[in-house]
Amino acid sequence: MAETMAAETEFLTYFQAVRLALKEEMELDPSVFLMGEDIRFSIFGPTKDLHLEVGESRVLDTPITESAFVGAAVGAAITGMRPVVEIMFADFMTVCMDQIINQAAKIRFMTGGQVKVPLVIRAPGGMLTSSAAQHSQCLEALFMHIPGLKICVPSGPVDAKGLLKSAIRDDDPVLFFEHKALYFASEEVPTDPQFTVPMGQAAVLREGEDVTVFAVSGMVSSAVSAANSLARDGISAEVIDPRTLVPLDKQALLASVRKTGRLVTVEEGCLTGGVGAEISALVTAEAWSDLKGPVVRVAAKDQPVPFSPVLEAACAPTAQTIAAAVRECVEKNR
Amino acid sequence: MPEFSEELVIRLYKTMYTIRGFEEKVSEYARTGMVPGFMIHLSVGQEAVPAGVCAALREDDYIVSTHRGHGHLIAKGARTDRMMAELKGKEAGYCRGRGGSMHITSVEVGGLGANGIVGAGLVIAPGAALSARMRGTDQVAVCFFGDGASNQGTFHEGLNLAATWKLPVVFVCENNGYGFSTPQRAHQSIGRISRRAEAYEMPGITVNGDDVMEVFLAASWAVERARSGGGPTLLEATTCRWHGHFEDDDDDYRSAEEKATFPAHDPIALLERRCIEEGLSSTAQLERIRSEVEEEIARACAFAEESEEPSPEDDAGLVFAGGER
Repeated sequence: MAETMAAETEFLTYFQAVRLALKEEMELDPSVFLMGEDIRFSIFGPTKDLHLEVGESRVLDTPITESAFVGAAVGAAITGMRPVVEIMFADFMTVCMDQIINQAAKIRFMTGGQVKVPLVIRAPGGMLTSSAAQHSQCLEALFMHIPGLKICVPSGPVDAKGLLKSAIRDDDPVLFFEHKALYFASEEVPTDPQFTVPMGQAAVLREGEDVTVFAVSGMVSSAVSAANSLARDGISAEVIDPRTLVPLDKQALLASVRKTGRLVTVEEGCLTGGVGAEISALVTAEAWSDLKGPVVRVAAKDQPVPFSPVLEAACAPTAQTIAAAVRECVEKNR
Repeated sequence: MPEFSEELVIRLYKTMYTIRGFEEKVSEYARTGMVPGFMIHLSVGQEAVPAGVCAALREDDYIVSTHRGHGHLIAKGARTDRMMAELKGKEAGYCRGRGGSMHITSVEVGGLGANGIVGAGLVIAPGAALSARMRGTDQVAVCFFGDGASNQGTFHEGLNLAATWKLPVVFVCENNGYGFSTPQRAHQSIGRISRRAEAYEMPGITVNGDDVMEVFLAASWAVERARSGGGPTLLEATTCRWHGHFEDDDDDYRSAEEKATFPAHDPIALLERRCIEEGLSSTAQLERIRSEVEEEIARACAFAEESEEPSPEDDAGLVFAGGER
């Protein structure tokens, strides 16, 4: 494992891990502060009452104006602070696209390197019990297209804590996508304030010989479940969690595909122009001779996320649909 | 109340004349293809606003600029040679040729960036002001923007945030009467943009932006108010853009009669007349300043011309601070 090993651990949920990372980094560095809508109340819990622990001036409730506080975070970042802003639902990032895409992502380059933009945007994405089309999206792929943005997609509490700390210490703008359905997932998390998970290093969650399953964020646990069920039928799937999409651990991905010869990508975002499209193109270009068949992409339907629980469940991949896709990939390309 | 010492008046005059000289040279370059791109937005005629506002600032104060930003940066103290090199896309330019006219930036003089997005700076400036407060400094952030930008959501969001948090910001609206080709009366229902300050319970002031002394006095008041914790001010300066929206703009949306009134707005001629009439400076001294500036611009052009072209190999190192892609 690449991350710093730590002896002491604590059983934490994903949201508690995020909270601990924020608290520790604010205690370590006075230039770190939080801004966002109703973050002292905190709908999902990561910043609830945090101002009582770190001070009123470090956790700022803003007006409901994404352009204002993300733009202000850019202004603060280029003048010596390390703002961490929360977009209450990742969908609302569309309200402040200029601040993210034309400002944060480009200022360093446009100014010839005169400034750095150490800004973190935390954004809960993904489906969670009938939140419907404007509160359920996975927008990672949209931002992968924009040079200058780093993208974290932690799939569990340890990564949530370790990656967020790396993101806050990073000198570039980082989009930190938390998955709403993971907020109450729990595991043992290192309590050492110096524990971090470096960006750009994938995790191989399960080793396998027959097929590589590249799964993102909320889909990681479903992919592991699918791999476990396939193992009972004699299909050995290797599950890779990239943990960050930018920078991307190409080496881990290509090494796995060279071993297995098959690749299935799994994401909760839409199929067309998705993360899997980029991964597929990359692997096809760089490991063509090792592939035994075409890359298979598993993703959400190309439609807005529906409200009805029945329709919502049918929109995103599940462990069953992932298993079926992986089985087909292996059996068609023997 | 600041006094109009000879030194201050000379400084204002020199700043305005430098902006004018620099931009007239850029205009010539644009016509003859000596600078790349067609997105060259000049502020000829508007010089009194940046000169008056920036004279009210300290070196460590911030300005956030617009796509029409050469004047702002010169007034804040940027070097004309590195600016001209940037406009020519050269490595010695402030942005190493990666920004050009619309994104010209000199952080070392407090210039946090010219911006190609109308109204973008209105939310960035409050962030710089918030940062100053959090770092325990008494720096002030000035945000330049135009009458067109005052209709953007960021205008209202930025003013609301700055007023709510009493941030040390001065919002300076350079109202030249046109959002590109659209006259003010066709893009907003109000005449005085400063009236919008009332909605945010901040002072709103309109000054004659042709009069550098009037701009300087109002800006000094607003900057002092911001620095001492009084919060933001909306300062509107009415001004006049002599060139088109950009240099390739035919400018056929303004009548010949209207254009004939431009010289009457000349902020440089106005200050010259006052200097002589009120004995603030002599004709000979103003003449000496003009020739100094002309020499400086000539040196800047030569510097830019002789500078190296940038290398694409260095691009990757600018995308991320760590150099990785």
